[in-house]
Amino acid sequence: MNASCTICVAVAASAIIAATTVAVPAIAADDPAVLRQDMMKSVGAATGMSAAMVKGEAPFDARVAHLALRVMNASANGFGALFPEGSETGAETEAKAEIWSDRAGFDAAVAKFRDDTAAVLAPPPADLDAFKAAFGQVTQNCGSCHEKYRVKK
Amino acid sequence: MRWIAAACVVGLIGLAGFWLLTMPRPLDAAAIANAQGDPEAGRLVYFAGGCASCHKTPDQDDPLHLGGGFALKTPFGTFVAPNLSPHADAGVGRWSLADFANAMQRGIAPDGRHYYPAFPYTSYQRMTATDIADLWAFILTLEPVETIAEGHDLGFPFNIRRGLGLWKQLYLDGKPFAPDPAATDVVDRGAYLVNGPGHCGECHTSRDAIGGPDPSRHLAGGPDPEGEGKIPNITPHADGIGAWSESEIAYSLESGFTPEFDSFGGTMAAVVRNMAQLPASDREAIAAYLKSVPPLADAN
Repeated sequence: MNASCTICVAVAASAIIAATTVAVPAIAADDPAVLRQDMMKSVGAATGMSAAMVKGEAPFDARVAHLALRVMNASANGFGALFPEGSETGAETEAKAEIWSDRAGFDAAVAKFRDDTAAVLAPPPADLDAFKAAFGQVTQNCGSCHEKYRVKK
Repeated sequence: MRWIAAACVVGLIGLAGFWLLTMPRPLDAAAIANAQGDPEAGRLVYFAGGCASCHKTPDQDDPLHLGGGFALKTPFGTFVAPNLSPHADAGVGRWSLADFANAMQRGIAPDGRHYYPAFPYTSYQRMTATDIADLWAFILTLEPVETIAEGHDLGFPFNIRRGLGLWKQLYLDGKPFAPDPAATDVVDRGAYLVNGPGHCGECHTSRDAIGGPDPSRHLAGGPDPEGEGKIPNITPHADGIGAWSESEIAYSLESGFTPEFDSFGGTMAAVVRNMAQLPASDREAIAAYLKSVPPLADAN
């Protein structure tokens, strides 16, 4: 394993630890707005590492790809629960009011992210071409959900 | 009696002045392409121009289904994008190229009425006659859509279209794009895309009290006039995208990802869908130009 890949694994490992930690509110800060922001940072780290492989800036490693998709899937699984009533403000949240006024639409968007990340893990991509397709499928969720439910401050 | 007559005369002169100042001023015939446009080239102009972002039928994914109906909420009221499909009655099917060019570059409807500058003709006026003709040829190849979009919802005095002639006196200078002799061809291409078809400044440059762009704040962002949140500063200042490399800017336009792998949201998501359709060289040109504009701090 070369240096860039070692870094990739280290980043992914810390990302998945972060994702796992924040998914258990009992042992973390209990402000859902903070938890969901941390979770999105984990997804961002996994996405950044994946994009480096897709763009050819880092060599493809099937284990790293698997880990990145697992981080995304783990985040998607717990994400919807971190928007309870009462967490509309605070912690400089960028959550848009539509999350609560259009709850069914938001839940459907999160479910799609969960389903897409689960689909590309069965089985996990074995080569770069398969990973590129998986990356395309899961990351189109980012923009489409942010388009409706996130406001930039 | 004398005073009333004098007041009437003054009033009439005022009305005549208003009438003259607010007259629609169409393009010179020489500024309209006389050759047939190329629809294949027009497809790229269509995505560079972001036409779908406002004119596609909302809540469906086809960027070429142009039924209109998108509502743009502004401090002046709500503007509703019209049907841009080549349907003869609901859309632009009966228009000529000259009608289209005057709409795009002078903000004038075929019947002579002014369009509101929610339609970004102050940017589109910089486009080349060839790009306009190619775009028109492409639009004519699209599916006619029957839907008639609702009208705008504006309060007084903004509901008086004739008054827009005064606004145009201030903000529609009629100048075509002028390349900067000191800049590279790549930066010039980027400048054309950003300030012409791409109309980036329509959101990223803040506006004054009557809705005109403030040139001293070119691309420096500001509060979002559509509501909460802010429009990002995209100048190469530390408050903007000074830390982004050209390749990071180009990649963000293709993928929607910032260098930290946050993902663009709001109306920028649609912009990315459009930009992703352009050749990589165009996204790189936009990036090169954005790195070349004067860096401006956020306004406080």
